[in-house]
Amino acid sequence: MLDSITPLLASAVALAMPLVLAALGELVVERSGVLNLGLEGMMLVGALASFAAVAHGGGLIAALPAAMIAGMLAALCFGFITITLQANQVAAGLSLTILGTGISAFIGRHYVGFRAPASFDELPIPFLSQLPLVGPALFSMNALGYATVALLIGTSWFLYRTRPGLALRTIGESPVVARALGLHVSRVRYSAVAFGGAMAGLAGCYYAVAQFKMWQEGLTSGNGWIALALVVFATWRPARIAIGALLFGGVSAFGLYLQAIGVHVSTFALASLPYLATVLVLVLISADQQMIRRHAPASLGKPFLDDS
Amino acid sequence: MKRWTSAGAALAAVICSATIMGAAVAADPLKMAWVYVGPPGDGGWTFAHDQGRKAVDAKFGAKVKTSFVENVPEGADAERVIRDLASKGNSIIFTTSFGYMEQTLKVAKQFPKVEFYHATGFKSAPNLTIYNSRMYEPAYLAGIIAGHMTKKNVLGFVASFPIPEVVRNINAYTMGARSVNPKITTKVVWVSTWFDPSKERQAAETLIGQGADVLLQNTDSSAVLQTAQDKGVYAFGWDSDMTAYAPKAHLASAIEIWGGYYTEVAAAALAGKPLKKTVWGGIKDGMNDLVSVNNSLIPEAAQKMVAAKKAEIASGKWAVFTGPIMGQDGKPIVEAGKSLSDKEIDSIKWYVEGVEGQLPK
Repeated sequence: MLDSITPLLASAVALAMPLVLAALGELVVERSGVLNLGLEGMMLVGALASFAAVAHGGGLIAALPAAMIAGMLAALCFGFITITLQANQVAAGLSLTILGTGISAFIGRHYVGFRAPASFDELPIPFLSQLPLVGPALFSMNALGYATVALLIGTSWFLYRTRPGLALRTIGESPVVARALGLHVSRVRYSAVAFGGAMAGLAGCYYAVAQFKMWQEGLTSGNGWIALALVVFATWRPARIAIGALLFGGVSAFGLYLQAIGVHVSTFALASLPYLATVLVLVLISADQQMIRRHAPASLGKPFLDDS
Repeated sequence: MKRWTSAGAALAAVICSATIMGAAVAADPLKMAWVYVGPPGDGGWTFAHDQGRKAVDAKFGAKVKTSFVENVPEGADAERVIRDLASKGNSIIFTTSFGYMEQTLKVAKQFPKVEFYHATGFKSAPNLTIYNSRMYEPAYLAGIIAGHMTKKNVLGFVASFPIPEVVRNINAYTMGARSVNPKITTKVVWVSTWFDPSKERQAAETLIGQGADVLLQNTDSSAVLQTAQDKGVYAFGWDSDMTAYAPKAHLASAIEIWGGYYTEVAAAALAGKPLKKTVWGGIKDGMNDLVSVNNSLIPEAAQKMVAAKKAEIASGKWAVFTGPIMGQDGKPIVEAGKSLSDKEIDSIKWYVEGVEGQLPK
């Protein structure tokens, strides 16, 4: 039994990591009061950029900046429309998803069927990776997986232990008060949006260069939306994102695991399991309106005219 | 881009032929079109069909004009694409995926002067011919190799849809392996898609996690083979020669060879007598094969056994679905000495002994 659960845990963690990356970025964006629904689009753009960088011989060193810059550029387009031009954030975010999906599919046609000449492979830590159960899951990740853990801790620290982090949270709660305090609302929001784009790009890079090692149209297969839901699931707290992502990864991996051990369940039901789980969790959380209201950034999704 | 260029070319051709109608009827090339379920760059199923299309181009040059539409989803969208091709003056249309069956049939009825050819289906019409390849033959040979290579006696199979075509390949693979070692079992994971490299990869990872150490897939990409190489186990290429994708994991490739059939269809049409013969070819007819056997990995005993069985299949002396064949419950489905007819093979909806799990309905 232990023998078959260990790989199940390992694939749950592997599936969770890109979700953590994307959701963490979105969390920072939302904590600044901006709602960017374009995660999926930014992830796809980042995935394609990093894959192209590797495919053209740039190696892994080129993949990371390519992914982050591509995600950031996409995010800054969104930022310009919503922060400078004050457009509706929901509409702009949805457009970004559609744009990113389309443009990555169009440019990506040349890369279908390519095998990535380099990829982020598993780097087992000696001794620790031999631990029963959790060893292969936690101590045999790829470089991006370890980086995700570091970013999770770093972001938590930034939000709760630094002055800029406090400023960002203040802006998310009340931009009016923040401006009265002399904070640059637009500047901070632009930075947050750019950070979110870079993180989404990294998540895309994880799919293209670490997990699947190939490019295909719609490679992220809707995981951007799952990451968005995770932010609500986590009630805007970084640590809880990890829990939610592991839960989702676990359910995804469990569907295939059931088939492999010969349990007879409809494949379509299995494929929809993780999404059903997400809906269920969201329903449970939203049942307590108080909780959502207490934790959601008060200015989330509302445009703010920063004329300072 | 190709989709648009070919569509544009077709449109331009229609306009041209309309303006100079009558003047150049005799010199008009034979227009042939293919409908693909994936991109030709998939390195598998669609790639193999595109090689066949190129063979037609190479043989007949300016006498034919070939085009294709790629990434066409199975379902309503396919009907639109097929009708579009038929109304743009193509006289021969190949629809190359099982899921285009109903749509091809429907459009064929509306365009009685166009010859339709549908791969892997079972519904025909006066102007709709079906063609298929007995992939279970190379699948059986792959099973023999897998039987020699597995250390854990567990094989893995990444399957697309529970239709007879796929089920019999699972059976053939398992039977081939158990002809070497009757302790071997096969685990199956269904992904409900023909082409989705990311899903295929996850399925392969799951199978490897559950102990499978030689994988085969009935999906269209090279993802399973690549996953096998990443995880240090073995796998096969499917539909096309996939050696280059994962040289360390690749044991052999079960390939489709469509060029011969496509050129035959073109030749018949150019001679004015369209080919209407239903074809279900195998190793004997040169429509598929097990190639690029990795002799540096595979023991000599396995190589010899594969060669011997291949010769028996090619000469027609022996067929894969020859009894005794046991069902999952260990009771015989096919008695010793008897063989399944083509009709029975085409409607297999049961697993043989050694396949784990239940067949989805």
